[in-house]
Amino acid sequence: MMNLDDTTPLVVPPKKPWHKLRWQERRIVTILPYTWLLIFFFVPFLLVFKISLSEPVLSVPPYQEIFKWMDGILNIHLNLNNYIRMVTDPFYAQGFMTSLIIAAITTFGCLVLGFLIAYAIVCAPRHWRFILLLMVVLPFWTSFLVRVYAWIGILSNTGFLNQLLLYLGIIDEPIQFLYNNFSVTIGIIYCYLPFMILPIYSVLDKIDPVYMEAAYDLGCRPWGAFWRITLPLSMPGILSGCALVFIPALGEFVIPEILGASDSFMMGRIIWIEFFNNRDWPVASTVAIVMLLLFVVPIMISQRRHNQRH
Amino acid sequence: MKSFSRFNIASLIIGYAFLYIPIFTVIIFSFNESKLVTTWSRFSTKWYSSLWDNEGLLGAILASIEIATVSASVAVVLGTLAAIVMVRFGSFKGRTLFSGLVSAPLIMPDIITGLAMLMLFVATQQFIGWPAHRGMLTISLAHITLATAYVYLVVQARLQDFDPSIEEAALDLGAKPAKVFMLITLPIISPSLVSGWLLAFALSLDDLVIASFLSGPGVTTLPMLIFSSIRLGLNPEVNALASILVGIVSVVVLMAGVVIHRQQKNKNR
Repeated sequence: MMNLDDTTPLVVPPKKPWHKLRWQERRIVTILPYTWLLIFFFVPFLLVFKISLSEPVLSVPPYQEIFKWMDGILNIHLNLNNYIRMVTDPFYAQGFMTSLIIAAITTFGCLVLGFLIAYAIVCAPRHWRFILLLMVVLPFWTSFLVRVYAWIGILSNTGFLNQLLLYLGIIDEPIQFLYNNFSVTIGIIYCYLPFMILPIYSVLDKIDPVYMEAAYDLGCRPWGAFWRITLPLSMPGILSGCALVFIPALGEFVIPEILGASDSFMMGRIIWIEFFNNRDWPVASTVAIVMLLLFVVPIMISQRRHNQRH
Repeated sequence: MKSFSRFNIASLIIGYAFLYIPIFTVIIFSFNESKLVTTWSRFSTKWYSSLWDNEGLLGAILASIEIATVSASVAVVLGTLAAIVMVRFGSFKGRTLFSGLVSAPLIMPDIITGLAMLMLFVATQQFIGWPAHRGMLTISLAHITLATAYVYLVVQARLQDFDPSIEEAALDLGAKPAKVFMLITLPIISPSLVSGWLLAFALSLDDLVIASFLSGPGVTTLPMLIFSSIRLGLNPEVNALASILVGIVSVVVLMAGVVIHRQQKNKNR
């Protein structure tokens, strides 16, 4: 019989895991997706930044080149006016404020509704859960435009909601639900709800029920246990759900365009209108860059930090 | 946590009513005879037959399907490679930038993505004359980039899930990395490749904003067509088209759901 003690050298076969592949092989695998993303997702943003610093002119493309070679000298023509306009022209400041408020309200709405649904799914009998989750995902797979369109029929003055309220005698004449910030908020909550439910469900599902039992045994009431255990433990899911709702809501174009008032401008609509209607590419680029630097990048970085810590 | 209370049932009912009532109203009123979408007159399928006479619809559907097929297929390759790089390769130079780039498209507002990609193609056209005009190709390139992020998300979750020692054992026994990938890694992650492909396909088929930035004269995708008629308000033909779309998607998703569910059951057995 073999006697293994601490001094017996274990025969370990030489390991050749993936990270010890020859560097050429690794490089071939890495280089394809890396260059693709650099070309199609990194360079474009540098170009947008460049165009945001240029002046609009009537030409094709409708902006003035920043860099110009003249008699062997590189001329750089920077134009900060677009950024100054963001601050001085109330149209843009108003747009940013409207977007922020609507995005914040919709994120909160999604959070409350999404948490309730996710929590209920986790509590449901195990054999129901799969079908319940599938039913959350199903609307997400159906056309986005169709889901937005559906709300016109519900919220319009002759729509189902007004018909119902009139029938029940709660109101005497139709209420204007459609074409204002209310309908935009409802539309965004509706379309982004699955993005909130899924991450929250996945963290709630992993919480060990032993924690709750322990809390109850130690005399904690259900609400106390919820505030002290369930909510803190589900924070990672809540945060990623909020990011998945807040940022796209901020730049949402389709929903405000279809359900919103024509004189209410969220950032996404401003970009679209400046670009397509006014053909002012530099200003459209500036709005995009400001949005990126103020909101998208900070949220992405803080999410990253948070994920690394856990 | 484990008790399924009345409160839970109530939130499920309210939640699912909120999710499904709008879709059902669209479907029900697609069978409405009247042109007024919100007032029921009587049952009719005339809006479905009038879809046939809609010129441009078939072209838009074909264009969308072609773009979605190409984008999903390329995105599966790129997304899988990206997932292998991130999950299996450990640290390398530029890893942080890579992981940022591969996940950024997930939350980037599509209006910014569309604008940025258009600027790229305008610049390349200026300097190297390519692409000569915008259309299916430019839309596909943008959709590939967007969909790669989603495929990456699905595949990397699967890669992280399964035990790398299976791969290592094969490598130890002398199999070449390419062979290990084909014989071991690929079969194990193949369900995630299928769901990644489907997700990419659905995303591409559904995109309006990026396609609007990147399409050129003569190219209209299905969402662009729907959008231009929705902008004018309610339209029973849109209801009919929407119901067909919802029907197809529901069948596909439910079938995929049943298959996945059966697989999980077999595995647990």
